[in-house]
Amino acid sequence: MLTSLNARGALLSAVIFTVFLLAWHIGVQGKASVAQMDPEYARLMGVAATQGKSAMPGPLDVGAQIWQHLQEPFYDRGPNDKGVGIQLAYSLGRVLLGYALAVLVALPVGFLIGMSPLMNRALDPFIQVMKPISPLAWMPLALYTIKDSSISAIFVIFICSVWPMMINTAFGVSATRKEWLNVARTLEVRPLRKAFTIILPAAAPTILTGMRISIGIAWLVIVAAEMLVGGTGIGYFVWNEWNNLSITNVIVAILVIGLVGMALDQTLARVARAVTYPE
Amino acid sequence: MNKFISIESIARRYPKAGGGSTTIFENLWFSMNRGEFSAIIGHSGCGKTTVLNILAGLELPDDGLTVVDGHAIEGPSLDRAVIFQSHALLPWRTVLGNVSYAVSSKWRDWSAEKVAAKAMAAIEKVGLKGSEMKKPAELSGGMKQRVGIARALSIDPKILLMDEPFSALDALTRGALQDEVRRICVETGQTAFMITHDVDEAIYLADKIVLMTNGPEAMIAEIVENPLPRDRRRVDLHRSPDYYPLRNHLIDFLVTRSKTFKDEMPEGYDKRHPPIVRPGADNPLTPGETRKVA
Ligand SMILES: Nc1ncnc2c1ncn2[C@@H]1O[C@H](COP(=O)(O)OP(=O)(O)OP(=O)(O)O)[C@@H](O)[C@H]1O
Ligand SMILES: [Mg+2]
Repeated sequence: MLTSLNARGALLSAVIFTVFLLAWHIGVQGKASVAQMDPEYARLMGVAATQGKSAMPGPLDVGAQIWQHLQEPFYDRGPNDKGVGIQLAYSLGRVLLGYALAVLVALPVGFLIGMSPLMNRALDPFIQVMKPISPLAWMPLALYTIKDSSISAIFVIFICSVWPMMINTAFGVSATRKEWLNVARTLEVRPLRKAFTIILPAAAPTILTGMRISIGIAWLVIVAAEMLVGGTGIGYFVWNEWNNLSITNVIVAILVIGLVGMALDQTLARVARAVTYPE
Repeated sequence: MNKFISIESIARRYPKAGGGSTTIFENLWFSMNRGEFSAIIGHSGCGKTTVLNILAGLELPDDGLTVVDGHAIEGPSLDRAVIFQSHALLPWRTVLGNVSYAVSSKWRDWSAEKVAAKAMAAIEKVGLKGSEMKKPAELSGGMKQRVGIARALSIDPKILLMDEPFSALDALTRGALQDEVRRICVETGQTAFMITHDVDEAIYLADKIVLMTNGPEAMIAEIVENPLPRDRRRVDLHRSPDYYPLRNHLIDFLVTRSKTFKDEMPEGYDKRHPPIVRPGADNPLTPGETRKVA
């Protein structure tokens, strides 16, 4: 029953996708015929557009473009013409670096907050104020102090991913069952061993939830940050292709951003499943 | 006094909502010999768990002290193993993992093989061989409780502390586990302290039964010595001529005297030396009467 539900779900997904592609294809076709009615205008537009098409591309154009990118994902022909693979690698590198730094800060601090009611009280106001700040609001300050656009982007990723992880870690740690802690106490387990063998596994599912929220936010933010600072990255790629009026490439980039975001989320979801314990 | 465990004038108080404080108990005295099995019975909320937690070192008394083997209790210790009412297994570890965790906590320098061997021995003792790779979520209630027992026994504790270990189990499983605990305790001369609500469980397992009156300001009304033979078996407890006098005495305490004891204290009652009684066929106590054993 379950497998047949899965199969039917997949089938329906495929049907929806096909209908969407067909609708897209037909919708774009209509516009093209309008353009054909006025060859003068069409020629004018053809000249005005720089290489790419100005009309909305259809699924076949996008497919062809994707095929091209797949042939040569990592080419590098100067600052404004790099393969989508290279741009993606830049973005992923920034996200993973900023995210890793956030993990290094958020987990220990979260542990501290979760274990010490005093630290919880003391740090709570700061977290409450910092958390709702849009990460991009930090950008000017980061650019001014760091004076490096790439590191600024990494800083912005760091600052947006650190809060959900920290809050979830603190919550997970403070919610460790008293009876498990009592087990550790009666066994005279040393504090460090207790932290790693009781509190960490007990809080791991909650921590992973925070990490999953964070990676989602980080991936959302990197596109916007790279549009701002420019240079490299998938966000810059989108902006650059928009300036080139290559809507096909913009659509390709949107698709790629979605797929990579999904892959990041699924990876953490898998880790979360591995550390979840049934009670 | 050179008793193995000696509770000396302990008190526990909690602040009341409107100021002041509620005394759960105060000036409580009680002692146990090595190798003795004591059970404490009393109504819900009288402070049994509090006494056990103080013995475990998980809580400290507001007054008085507890001495074990010549040393005052200052905190939890590997010498005193606790079997928790809620079994308190670590759900992310297997059965073997849970027991090994205790073993490696006690013998920190042991090799992994040595730890696993010691843990397996304890698991076998409670009849869980074959389930050692299962996670707690895959076990029945009785099996979980067995793991808790194995974990406590695996560290060779001087004292076994049990907080209603079998109360959540069905009668059949409970009986089987009582048999196992009794066998292990008798075989190894284990000193044990147990909280129970079940009169028959106390009669079967305990050498001494501590009767605690209702709280607040609970007292140890008396200490009942078990007159049943040491080689008693659960299935023919009720055939012993001492069984019904003892059982009636305990039930009578729970039903009426736990409430009225405070107002009808026997003459010469001394909190430091609660009366020791031994109800039995040759010494049937009428309700309310607490005859001291010479
Ligand atoms: N944190 C606390 N604050 C205030 N009162 C408390 C607290 N913990 C326990 N008590 C009180 O202490 C008394 C004794 O509690 P305890 O858990 O020792 O009872 P018990 O005899 O084990 O009961 P039961 O048989 O239901 O387990 C209870 O009346 C309870 O209300
Ligand atoms: Mg209790």
